[in-house]
Amino acid sequence: MEATLKKTERVVENLNRALHHIFAVDPQVFLIGEDILDPYGGAFKVSKGLSTKYPDRVLSTPISEEAIIGIGGGLALCGNKPIVEIMFGDFIALGFDQILNFASKSVSMYGTKLDLNMIVRCAVGGNRGYGPTHSQSLQKHFVGIPNLYLFELSPLHDNIAVFEKLVNLTYPSIFFEDKVLYTQRIYTDGLIDDLFSYEFLDTANNFARIYADSFEENSCLLIAPGGLVPRCLAAARELFIDFEIETQIIVPSQLYPFELETILGLLTDATHIFIVEDSVAGGTWGSEIAHQIYSHLWGKLKNPVKLIHSKNSIIPSSAHLEKQVLVQKEDICNSVKDAVLYV
Amino acid sequence: MIRHFELSLLELFSSGKLNGTTHTCLGQEYIPVALRAVLTDDDFILSNHRGHGHYLARFQDPEGLLAEIMGKEGAVCHGVGGSQHIYRKNYLSTGIQGESLPVAAGIALHLRRQGNLGMAVVHIGDGTWGEGGVYEALNIAQLWHLPVLVIVENNKIAQSTPNRLQMAGTIAGRVQGFGINYLKINSIDINEIRTLIRPYIQVARTKSSPLVIEFETNRVGPHSKGDDTRDIKELERIQKWDWYSAYRQQYPAQFEHLGLKVQTEVSSLIKDVEARELVQWKLL
Repeated sequence: MEATLKKTERVVENLNRALHHIFAVDPQVFLIGEDILDPYGGAFKVSKGLSTKYPDRVLSTPISEEAIIGIGGGLALCGNKPIVEIMFGDFIALGFDQILNFASKSVSMYGTKLDLNMIVRCAVGGNRGYGPTHSQSLQKHFVGIPNLYLFELSPLHDNIAVFEKLVNLTYPSIFFEDKVLYTQRIYTDGLIDDLFSYEFLDTANNFARIYADSFEENSCLLIAPGGLVPRCLAAARELFIDFEIETQIIVPSQLYPFELETILGLLTDATHIFIVEDSVAGGTWGSEIAHQIYSHLWGKLKNPVKLIHSKNSIIPSSAHLEKQVLVQKEDICNSVKDAVLYV
Repeated sequence: MIRHFELSLLELFSSGKLNGTTHTCLGQEYIPVALRAVLTDDDFILSNHRGHGHYLARFQDPEGLLAEIMGKEGAVCHGVGGSQHIYRKNYLSTGIQGESLPVAAGIALHLRRQGNLGMAVVHIGDGTWGEGGVYEALNIAQLWHLPVLVIVENNKIAQSTPNRLQMAGTIAGRVQGFGINYLKINSIDINEIRTLIRPYIQVARTKSSPLVIEFETNRVGPHSKGDDTRDIKELERIQKWDWYSAYRQQYPAQFEHLGLKVQTEVSSLIKDVEARELVQWKLL
């Protein structure tokens, strides 16, 4: 019992520790971004302590997203491993060309494979009242770009392992960090709470599965990126306690390309599959995954795949209005209940 | 060589033997040729859409470039990059305006840390100054003391738009706003150019600082292929200015001798490359 009560580190502390670890073991790692120097240490404090320890590899920049990502691309092309911080993910739009037309294309457009180890970290997601230009989940805008890998922060995946993978990926990647997660505790040792546990489904620790031992059949399967874990967990608890609906949650660290093969068995067994994400409706990551599921399992699925995403709207600032647009625990519960109880 | 190479490209296009597009640097060839003797192999060159001259001056490899443009075996980038996307050691070109300046800043940062006095050399045009990334990168290059050499080939026309419709103020004024060293070159005499630019480049190289050199030049040919909208008088003026005509007038014997030699080389190269198999590429 004591072990479960022991306070684990916060997600932001884990992320910060991962960066310190990567800087210590690899002299080719750089961090480039706005306001990342101590004592400020980044808008969300992810880079705390780094500039003091590694002053020549932590580069504070002007407000120039295109240049920041372009400098990262240039460093990566020369064999370095830059980590670029975009303070609010929304600003990544200002550097989109460098990601789409330079870094990701350079991997293959010169005829032979060039290794480009660049990680673009960006804080995304809402529920903090920051309004339309500081709250978006931009994952969907980067799905399907050749040579570009997408990852997402989660409270289940240890960031040391994630960043060790990313700095040596040989492809550029974007690491999305839902800002709501920063202050939450990271889960360890497979434990979540009195009801739920988690495990990894593959040796690479890419897919985490949240489940309850007491469930007899896991009729509902939620697939959700890390940022949705708190809301999905709350929904799964409520669905079980109030409606006896048993739900498991699959959380991939790597969003794209999505390695469906690992979870094909779980998908075939599930009665209902839901893909939950924060992006606003239309052309989303979830629709891409749903397409992959249909392509592989058409004829074997028990029910259509359901997408749960934010409304097709800009994201308002006021808390009550923001809740109407972004996916909430209640939206997940209602979608699941609609599918399971009212068929 | 560059002139004959590109004239042949335009001919090949007209006869339907080339795919896609090309941007020739007719008239501007002397710039990379002048630079070649002042740059070192440690310098990283970032070229643009109008980059055949930059490549040929650096590598003297018309064969690899022609095969690349024609999609034939021996292509320097396996036929994937084509005319405007070439990569070799310490050299790359890419087709997006202004994109290469931030990349050059990153490369310059790497070179400075290597400590071998290499510079990142970026070729841009006058039209490139419309892109915001140029200013972001210049600002950082000056703040961080990065050895970035910006070569501006000001041919006074951005595709079809003359500078009076696309540039307020001057390039010099913009560069001075960042406190970056600046040099303007009006000459088309290669030896004179080398004498003028060498000391400036030496200072930028040893002090690790950015430098912008603006070449007042002219695009003798079209932007791409047969898309020149400038009036006849303007084109006549440019023809007269062209180093090619000046060379012919001043050294007629040498001009004729060399011209014939290179023409023969280029035609036999075209025959050779044309006869080759299509280059194959495994999807990466």
